[in-house]
Amino acid sequence: MSVPITSPQFKGNAKAALKDVQLQRALGKVESGFIGKRAQVAARLPEFEQLRDLARDIKDHTLAHLDLYLEAYEARVKESGGHVHWAATAEDARKIILDICKRLEAKTVTKGKSMIAEEIGLNAHLSEAGIVPIETDLGEYIIQLRDEAPSHIIAPAIHLNKEQIEADFRRVHTDLPPERNLDEPASLMAEARAVLREKFLAADVGITGANFLIAETGTSVIVTNEGNGDLTQTLPKAHVVLASIEKVVPTLEDVSTILRVLARSATGQEISVYTTFSTGPRRADDPDGPGEYHVVLLDNGRSSMLSGQFREMLRCIRCGACMNHCPVYGAVGGHAYGWVYPGPMGAVLTPSLIGVDKAGHLPNASTFCGRCEEVCPVRIPLPKLMRHWREREFERHLSPATVRTGLGFWAFFARRPRLYRWATQRAMRFLALFGGNRGRMHWLPFAGGWTRHRDFPIPERETFQVQWAKRKKAEAKAVAEADANARRAAEAAAKDKAEAAQ
Amino acid sequence: MSGRDVVLGSIRRSLGVSGGEAPRRTVTGERLARHPRGVVPERGAQPPRRRVNLFRAMLAEANGSTEEIASIEDVPAAVAAYLRSKNLPMTVRRGADPLLASVPWEREGTLEVTTGRSDGHQLASVSHAFRGVAETGTLVLTSGGDNPTTLNFLPEHHIVVLEAKDIVGDYESVWDALRKKVGAKMPRTVNWITGASRSADIEQVLLNGAHGPKGLHVIIVGKP
Repeated sequence: MSVPITSPQFKGNAKAALKDVQLQRALGKVESGFIGKRAQVAARLPEFEQLRDLARDIKDHTLAHLDLYLEAYEARVKESGGHVHWAATAEDARKIILDICKRLEAKTVTKGKSMIAEEIGLNAHLSEAGIVPIETDLGEYIIQLRDEAPSHIIAPAIHLNKEQIEADFRRVHTDLPPERNLDEPASLMAEARAVLREKFLAADVGITGANFLIAETGTSVIVTNEGNGDLTQTLPKAHVVLASIEKVVPTLEDVSTILRVLARSATGQEISVYTTFSTGPRRADDPDGPGEYHVVLLDNGRSSMLSGQFREMLRCIRCGACMNHCPVYGAVGGHAYGWVYPGPMGAVLTPSLIGVDKAGHLPNASTFCGRCEEVCPVRIPLPKLMRHWREREFERHLSPATVRTGLGFWAFFARRPRLYRWATQRAMRFLALFGGNRGRMHWLPFAGGWTRHRDFPIPERETFQVQWAKRKKAEAKAVAEADANARRAAEAAAKDKAEAAQ
Repeated sequence: MSGRDVVLGSIRRSLGVSGGEAPRRTVTGERLARHPRGVVPERGAQPPRRRVNLFRAMLAEANGSTEEIASIEDVPAAVAAYLRSKNLPMTVRRGADPLLASVPWEREGTLEVTTGRSDGHQLASVSHAFRGVAETGTLVLTSGGDNPTTLNFLPEHHIVVLEAKDIVGDYESVWDALRKKVGAKMPRTVNWITGASRSADIEQVLLNGAHGPKGLHVIIVGKP
C-alpha cells in the first residue's frame, strides 16, 4: 500500500487538467510567481553560476563515495545519542516509523513537509494503525483535508484557489463560528495557524524530512519558511527524520554552498526564512527539544540508480525550479503526472522508482525545450535523461504501434539524406496547397487530435536546407562583390594619389 | 541480513566498490577533517561598518526590522519601545544567557522579564544570537538553556539581541566560530533565521506569521 499511482493514465489526466477551469486559473500564477523572482535573485549574485557548478560537483563527489559518507554520518549520529535505521524499501521504512510511534504510545503525530513520506504512503499506514498524522505545512495541511496528493514539491496546494480552501476549512473546522469571515488568504492562514498550534503542542512524535544530512557532524537539515518543521521537531517526545540516502553531503561548508543555490532556485529568495541544523536528541541541560532522535535512511530503489544512466538524477535537491519553468507542467499541473514527483524531475525520477512500464508517458510529456536544464541548480541534464527513458521504452516495445510505425517511417528517410531532401521538398509544396492564403491549416491528415486545439502553420514553400543553401550562396556573392568594390576603390585612390604627386 | 547491510551492499554493487579501498577512504576522511571552503560570495567581504549595513538591508528585505543601540544598557528601553509599537503587553521571556542576564532590565520599570523556555503562552521573547551573517541578513542561534529553541518559534514576536562585533560576512565564518567554541560537537539545534515566519501556500500570496513569529526585530548592540 502506497500512494495510488495514476501515471499510466497520464494522457487522460492531462486532458482533464486542460479542461479544468479552476486549475488553469491557479496554474496561471505559477509562472508569474516563481520565474521572475528566481531570475532577479540569481542575477544579483555574481557567483551564482560558479556556485551551481560547485553544487553539482559536491553532489557528484558524494554519490561516488556514498557508502563511506553514509557510514561516517551514521557514526556521528550515534555519538550524539541519536539512532539510525536503514530501510531498503518503503515497507521497511513504514514499519520502522510505526514501531517507534507504537513504543511511545503515540496518539497524534505532527509532520513537516516530506515528499518521501508521500512516496512511502506514510499517512495512510499510520492512520490504519490508529495514529493520527497531522500535516503542518500550510499547503500540505490543505491537501490533507482534501485527501489529495501534492501537486508541486515545494508548493503542494498550488493547484487550488482560495474559495476551494475556504470551503474545506468550513467543512472540517466545524467547532468555529459559521459566520466567520474567510474571504482573504490572511484569514485562512490565521485560522490554520490557530488550529495547528494546538496540534503542535499535543503531538507525541514529530516527523520531518531532511533537505540534507551532514556526514561531518551527524546533522539533519530542514529548510522552511513557515517554521512548522521546527515546531514539529522541537515540541514532541521524539523527532523522526525520514531521509533518502542521497541527501547526505560531506561538510558544513558543502551544505552552505548548496544552500546558496537552493532557495534562490526554488522561491527566488536569497535564503529561506528558517534553515535548521539538528544533531541528536536534547542534551542533559537543554530546557526543550525532543527526548529521542531517529533517522530513517530510505533507499527504495535509489542505490540501483547509482549504476548507469540515471545517477545524475540523484543530484536533485528538490527545489522545483524545473517544474516552475516547464511549459508542460504549466499546462497540466502536478496531479496529471500521477504520483509524488511532477514536472521534469518527476518525469525522470518516477520511472526509476515505479518502473517505465507504469510511468513511460511522463518522459514523453516534454517539448525538450531545455528550460529545466537551464535553471537546474545542480545542472541535471533532464532532457537527456528523459530521452534515455524514451529509448528504453522503445527498446522494450512499450510505446504504441502508431508511434513505432511513425518512427520507423521517419528513420527510413533520415538514413537516406538525398531521398529525405527530395521528399520533404515535395511534401512542403503539397502541404502549402492546403493553406491557401490563410497561412495556417485548421486540419491536417492523420493529426486531427493535434489540430483540434491549434492551427498548423503553413510551411514556407522551401525547406530550411534549401533556404540555407540559397542564403549561403547569396552571402558568398555579396562578399565577392564587396571585395571587388573595395579593390576598385583602392585602385582609384592609388591612382588619384599618383596623379596628385605628379 | 540487516537493512544496513542490504542498503550499503546495494550501493557498493552499483558503484563497483567493496568499501575497503584505502584511496577512497583517504579522500573522504580528508574532506571531512579539513572541510575545505567552496566559492564564498564576495558580497559579505566588507569592512565592519558596511557589513552591519548590509546585514540590516538584507534582513529588511526579508521582513525583519533592525535598530542599533550604543550599549547593552540600552536594551530594556529598546525592547519596551518595540513592544509598545506592536501594542503588546510589557512582558518578555528570555533564557539564561549571560549577556541577557547582565542587562539592567529593572531600568524599564513596567517591563516584566521571565526566564525559561516557551510553553506557547508567551507573546514576545528575547534571544541572544550567536552570530549574524551579512550576506543574507541571517541570524544564527544555538539551542540550550541560554537561549531555548522554543523562544525562537512559539511567541508571536521574537526580539533578538545581536552584538555588532558578531556580524560576519558569510556562513563559512559562522562555522569557523562555532567549531572554535564547541569543538566537533554541534549543539542540538542551530537555527538560521532570516525574517519573520511566512507562507505563500494560498494562491502564492506572501503572508507573514504562518506558524512562527509574525514579527522579528533585531537589536544590534555596540560598535562593529
